[in-house]
Amino acid sequence: MSLQEESETPEIESGETELEALLDDLIVDRDDHMNAPAFVIRPDTVQETLGRLKEEAGYDHLSLVTAEEYPDRFESIYHLKKFDDPTDEVSIVVPTDSENPVSESAEPVFRTADWHEREAYDLVGIEYDDHPDLRRILLPETWQGHPMGLDYDQDRPQMVPLRENANPLQEDQRAESDSDTMFVNIGPHHPATHGVLHLETTLDGEQVVDVEPDIGYLHRNEEQMAQNGTYRHQIMPYPDRWDYISAGLLNEWAYARAAEDLADIEVPEYAQIIRTMGAELCRIAAHMLAVGTFALDIYGDFTAIFMYAIRDREEVQNILEDLTGQRLMFNYFRLGGVVWDLPEPREEFFESIREFVDGLPDRLEEYHDLITGNEILQMRTVGTGILPEEVAKNYGATGPVARGSGIDYDIRRDDPYGYYDELDWEVPVEDGCDNFSRLLVRLREVEESAKIIEQCVDLLEDWPEDERNIQANVPRTLRPEDDKEIYRTVEGAKGELGVYIRSDGTEKPGRFKIRSPCFSNLQTLPEMSNGEYIPDMIAALGSLDIVLGEVDR
Amino acid sequence: MSSERELFRTDDSLVQTETRDARMTGQGDRFNSKLREAFGSSPFILTKFDKFMNWVRGSSMFMLQFGIACCSIEMMHTYAVKHDLDRFHAGVPRASPRQADVMIVPGTIVSKFAPRMKRVYDQMPEPKFVVGMGSCTISGGPFQEGYNVVKGAEEVIPVDIHVPGCPPRPEALVYGVAKLQERIANGESSPVTVKPYELEQFGDLERDEIVDELASEIDEEDLVMRYNWADSP
Ligand code: SF4
Repeated sequence: MSLQEESETPEIESGETELEALLDDLIVDRDDHMNAPAFVIRPDTVQETLGRLKEEAGYDHLSLVTAEEYPDRFESIYHLKKFDDPTDEVSIVVPTDSENPVSESAEPVFRTADWHEREAYDLVGIEYDDHPDLRRILLPETWQGHPMGLDYDQDRPQMVPLRENANPLQEDQRAESDSDTMFVNIGPHHPATHGVLHLETTLDGEQVVDVEPDIGYLHRNEEQMAQNGTYRHQIMPYPDRWDYISAGLLNEWAYARAAEDLADIEVPEYAQIIRTMGAELCRIAAHMLAVGTFALDIYGDFTAIFMYAIRDREEVQNILEDLTGQRLMFNYFRLGGVVWDLPEPREEFFESIREFVDGLPDRLEEYHDLITGNEILQMRTVGTGILPEEVAKNYGATGPVARGSGIDYDIRRDDPYGYYDELDWEVPVEDGCDNFSRLLVRLREVEESAKIIEQCVDLLEDWPEDERNIQANVPRTLRPEDDKEIYRTVEGAKGELGVYIRSDGTEKPGRFKIRSPCFSNLQTLPEMSNGEYIPDMIAALGSLDIVLGEVDR
Repeated sequence: MSSERELFRTDDSLVQTETRDARMTGQGDRFNSKLREAFGSSPFILTKFDKFMNWVRGSSMFMLQFGIACCSIEMMHTYAVKHDLDRFHAGVPRASPRQADVMIVPGTIVSKFAPRMKRVYDQMPEPKFVVGMGSCTISGGPFQEGYNVVKGAEEVIPVDIHVPGCPPRPEALVYGVAKLQERIANGESSPVTVKPYELEQFGDLERDEIVDELASEIDEEDLVMRYNWADSP
C-alpha cells in the first residue's frame, strides 16, 4: 500500500497547483488531509467552489459529507473524487461559526448532498441555506438536540409520536387537492422493504407519482459507538454490523484500511491474501442473498431460488466459520493483519473452498436458468427502474448499482488495496441501466469473486511455512498524532464503503464517519420509480439491494 | 429390438422397497409406532380441553414475518433449508400481525421503531408470544450505550423467551422456539405488565420541560412514547 502512495504523490502535487489556480479567489486556507489536499472556503461559496470543481476539474463524485463540531466552530467537509480515477481526491472544508452554523447547500451541484446534509443537520446541527428540504432524516422529527454535537445530553428524555406520518385511513388524502392521487405508507414493517424502511408513496391509480424513503428505523448510532472505542480492538466488531448480510469482512476492511493508513501500519502480504480471500467469500454470500430476495420481490419465489441462495450461503458461511469462528459477525481483521491463521488441517480447509468454488459454475448456470432466463422475470425487470449514467453519478451511486448503469467504477481495481492488483479478474459492467442489468452485474461479480478466491487459494497453498506472518507488530495501544484526518474507501458488497477518521491524540477517534454506499444508492429510488407502476418500484428497490443497517448506521 | 424391450422391462426386485413390503405384510415397525403401542387397542385419549388446546397451540405456531436487523439474517436461515424451523411446527411466517401468534424480535430496537413495534404487537390476536432474539433485544447489545437504542425489547413489550447471542446461531433460535413450545404446552406465558415505555396520549402526560417544548408540534390525542433514558438499565 505504501508503494502505491509514493507513486501517486507527485501526480497529486502537479494537480494541486492547478486546483489552486482554479479556486484562487475562493480559498481562504489549506488544511490537508492524509488522503487528499483540502481547501478551506467561506460558507457562502460552497456552490461556486463545488461547481467549478465538478465542471472544470472533473471531480464528479461527491463521495461523502462529513460534519463535526469543534469547540469554536462547526465544519462540513465535502470529499470529492473522480469516477474515472478515485485516487484523485480533493476535500473542501467549510467552517461555520458556532453561534450561527449556516452554510450554503451543495444540493444544486450534487443531488446526493441532499441526504448527506440532512444527516449533518440531524446529528450535528449545521444548517444549510438553499437546501430543498432540511428536515431530520435519521432521528424522529420531535427529537431534541443534535446527538453528535459537543454539548448533547444523552440522558435527557425524548418523545416519539406514533402518528408521525400521514395516515391514509384517518383523513381522506384525495380531498387534499382536486387530483386523484392517493397516499400509501409502505413499511416500516413490510416484507418488501428488506428491513425497516418506510416508503411514503403517492399513487395515481397504480402509478407512483412520488415516493419518499423515510429512514432511521435502524439508526444504531454506529458512529458514536466507534468514537467511544479504542482503535486497536474496540472498534473492529462494529463494522460487521453495518452491512450485516454476511459482508462483515468487507466492512472490517473499510475500517482497517483507514486506520492502518492513519497509524502507518504495514500489513504482511500473507495476511493480505487471507483478507482478500475472506472478503470475496463474503461478497459471494452477500450477492447470493441479494439475488434470492430479488427473486422473492419479483415473483414471490420463496421455494426455489430463495432456498437455493440460502443453501449456497450456508456453504459460504461454513467456510467462513472455519476461518473466523463465527457465522455472521466475524471480527476477524485486526489492525495490521488478521487475528489467526487458516484453520488446521489446512488441506481440508482448502479442499472445502475448492469444492465450493468448483461447484459454483454449475450453480450459476442454475441461477441463470431460473432467474435471468426466466421470461416472467425478464418482463418485470428489463427496461424498468431506469437509472441513467449521469443521474447515477449525480446521486453518488456506486457498486453494482453504478456498474449496472454503465459506470466502470470499482475501488478494488481503481484504488487498489489488499492483494487485488496482483490477481487476474475483471470488473463486470452492464449498460442497460435497468433492474435486469443490476441483477446481471451481481451474478457476474460472483463469478469474478470465485476467480479471485481460486487464485488466493493457489497462493496460500504454496506459501512457505516460515513466512506465514498474519499480523504486523502493532503497538498494543494506538495513539495517532493529534488532528490527522483521513478518508479511505473500499469496495463493499453494495458499493464504495468509506471511513473518515479524525484523530485527536488519544486512543479513540475524535470523529468517525461512515460513508455508506446504500445511503447514497437508496436516494436514487424516486428517480427510478416515479411514473412507474408500484410493482416496478418494488423491483427497483430490490435491485438496489439496500441493507438498513448500513443506510441508517 | 432388444434395447426397446429393455426399456419396458419391469423388475420387481428393483421397485419393491422395504416400506412397500411392510405395508403389504403389515409387519414393519414403521406402522407400529410407539404411539399406537401406548394407545393399546383403543384409539382414544382422555384429556382436559385446556391441555389439549395448549398442546395444539404449541404445535402449530404461526410466526410473524418480522425482520429488523442483523439477527433477522440468521432468522431467515433458521426458516430456510438446513435448519428448517418448519420441522418443529413453527415455520409459517405470516406477513400480517393479525394472523400471527408468535413474534420473533430479531434485532436492535431504536427510538423511532419502538412505537411501531408496540403497535404491531398490539395488532396480534391473543394469545400471543414473543421470542427475543439476540443481545440487542435483551439489553441493547453492543449498542447499549448509544443515544438512540432502546435497552431491550422488554422495555416495550412482554417477552417470553430470550435467546442470547450476537447473533444467536440458528440452532439456538430453534432451541428457543422449542422452549417456547414447551412453555405454551404447559400453559405458561409471561405476564402482561405495564412496561417502562408505553404508548400514551400526549394530552395525558404530566407536563414538564419536554412536553411544553413539543406542545406546539404534537396533537393532544396523538399517541407518543416517552423515553426516560436516564432511568434505563
Ligand atoms: S444481537 Fe447482534 S446480531 Fe443481533 S441485532 Fe443485535 S447487534 Fe445484530
